[in-house]
Amino acid sequence: MQKFITHQGLVAPMDRANVDTDAIIPKQFLKSIQRSGFGPNLFDAWRYLDEGQPGQDNSGRPLNPDFVLNHARYQGASILIARENFGCGSSREHAPWALEDYGFRAIIAPSFADIFHSNAYKNGLLPITLPADCVDELLHITASQEGFRLTIDLSQQKVTTPDGRAFAFEIDGFRKYCLMEGLDDIGLTLRYAEEIKNFEASRRVAQPWLYVESAR
Amino acid sequence: MSAQTLYDKLWHSHVIRSEPDGTALIYIDRHLVHEVTSPQAFEGLRLNNRPVWRVSSILATQDHNVPTTAVKEIADPVSRLQVSTLDANCKSYGITEFAMGDPRQGIVHVIGPEQGATLPGMTVVCGDSHTSTHGAFAALAMGIGTSEVEHVLATQCLLSKKAKSMLVRVEGSLRPGVTAKDIALAVIGEIGTAGGTGYAIEFGGSGIRALSMEGRMTLCNMAIEAGARNGMVAADETTIAYLKGRPYAPTAQQWDAAVAVWNTLHSDEGAHFDRVVEIAADSIEPQVTWGTSPEMVTTVGGAVPDPSQESDATRRHGIEKALAYMGLKANTPITEIEIDKVFIGSCTNSRIEDLRAAADVVKGRKVSSRVKLAMVVPGSGLVKAAAEREGLDRVFTEAGFEWRNPGCSMCLGMNDDRLEPGERCASTSNRNFEGRQGTGGRTHLVSPAMAAAAAIAGHFIDIRNL
Repeated sequence: MQKFITHQGLVAPMDRANVDTDAIIPKQFLKSIQRSGFGPNLFDAWRYLDEGQPGQDNSGRPLNPDFVLNHARYQGASILIARENFGCGSSREHAPWALEDYGFRAIIAPSFADIFHSNAYKNGLLPITLPADCVDELLHITASQEGFRLTIDLSQQKVTTPDGRAFAFEIDGFRKYCLMEGLDDIGLTLRYAEEIKNFEASRRVAQPWLYVESAR
Repeated sequence: MSAQTLYDKLWHSHVIRSEPDGTALIYIDRHLVHEVTSPQAFEGLRLNNRPVWRVSSILATQDHNVPTTAVKEIADPVSRLQVSTLDANCKSYGITEFAMGDPRQGIVHVIGPEQGATLPGMTVVCGDSHTSTHGAFAALAMGIGTSEVEHVLATQCLLSKKAKSMLVRVEGSLRPGVTAKDIALAVIGEIGTAGGTGYAIEFGGSGIRALSMEGRMTLCNMAIEAGARNGMVAADETTIAYLKGRPYAPTAQQWDAAVAVWNTLHSDEGAHFDRVVEIAADSIEPQVTWGTSPEMVTTVGGAVPDPSQESDATRRHGIEKALAYMGLKANTPITEIEIDKVFIGSCTNSRIEDLRAAADVVKGRKVSSRVKLAMVVPGSGLVKAAAEREGLDRVFTEAGFEWRNPGCSMCLGMNDDRLEPGERCASTSNRNFEGRQGTGGRTHLVSPAMAAAAAIAGHFIDIRNL
């Protein structure tokens, strides 16, 4: 996993609540058996005027000029700010894969859906929860100041504006550690393989019906 | 020990170890797998030379991409590759798979319970948000991402933090024509699609105890639509009766021992919940969504809301966007909304009870001439066979419905079943998001009986007035 320590980047606003993972990456792209290459289809139905297909060359497709990420001033954005309940709906990890592949390193919102929230961490994409009034203010600044950038410092758990205003955020200690070290969860868990085996063995004795090998 | 919730019991009985911040390693009893969210996980295992920890914990099926027409092979090469990749992965690791053509194949959240592969007291995971369905069996069931699928394949564990607890208590009796789907939509209308975020929801009260297992599955299925990763219902006689004799269920002495454990799987008297939501069962009316989020819902007697009446700017903006997408005008009565297609199916409402409820409405009637397509997609091959034994297929086809093969179908349109731009659908599925059933498609979520009634009338109609 890509490490996250500090990041400074251009901010793009997505001024809506309940951005669902079907919108982040529509169903037809879930047919891929790869983990990469979803960036060109991020927000596909909002971003293009035609209907996208997997495997298609996206360079010649008509862009929706009204869609915020198509505006010239947000090209190269790496931090997205949205409203409540970002990432709701489907558990598809293709959503953080697409956001990350597009170039986003962090999403700032007042709240995230649970599954998206954990999927994001697994891919080095930092979901930052800030109070709704702070998000509202940041959305307004992003819209009014062209080229608005933010600095994210994970060790300090702070988002800082160019004029030095800082917004503190919370993160679980374990997740912070994994992100800062770029650790592989599976490798970490397998350090406890003996404990897992012991737990499993005693469960198998206590509730053997949980361990049928196949259907009758 | 102090009084525990069902969630406390399920959680604590699976924790192997905890980090200082509360992140816990929890043991997974059952892992359900389908073709869409697993290929990258198996690939990850291979790249790291890791074996599958416990092959017998896994049950795999093909559901999202499969055609529902009588074709033997998938036409779309991208879909076909995804399905054949699952076949290859299951063969290479020795995993039980119900592939296309197997009479037991079907939607992963229908076949797990149907096989008795979901049992009370289990932790159940699947790379699919609607895994909350299995909580209907007093199981701790949750949807996970593909990285977590790989983690469970490799370690039989999940890294998770205990959620807060919410009790949704529904007391009393539902009125005729009102179903578990209406409870689910009414709850989401009440608490919102983020109302359950960070919570595990237990559904309790006499109105829930009176539900069949099918009804409880519908309700827990939609817990995720309220934002909760887990929904659950206590185990009782209904749970135990449903499981008896199922292929993966225990038998003989093990059955008795299992039942003794299952009988403890309920919240203790006086257990503390972080939030309690109370709803009187007899206050619930048939529900119809009007917007692009399941919380955008009203009763069949209601009307499309007027954004100018909404004081909160973000919400007003949301309603305006939804009405524009849905092609609806403010204050339109729900019963005046005409439909183009009808979809009865999905992991929410494709079980035998759902098909019976829809067939009861349809029997002896005809699908309206303004409806271009009305389809019934049973949740599994076994549901389909059971329905055919009861003659439900003929009830549907004589009325003008198409009777299809099992799969996820037009709930999300990864196969060929989808809405065309601008088409409006009465759907028994779970999500009315923009483009969910097809780019530009417009979805209204309803119960199976309400969808059947809409097919006959050509517009939404109160099932109680049909």
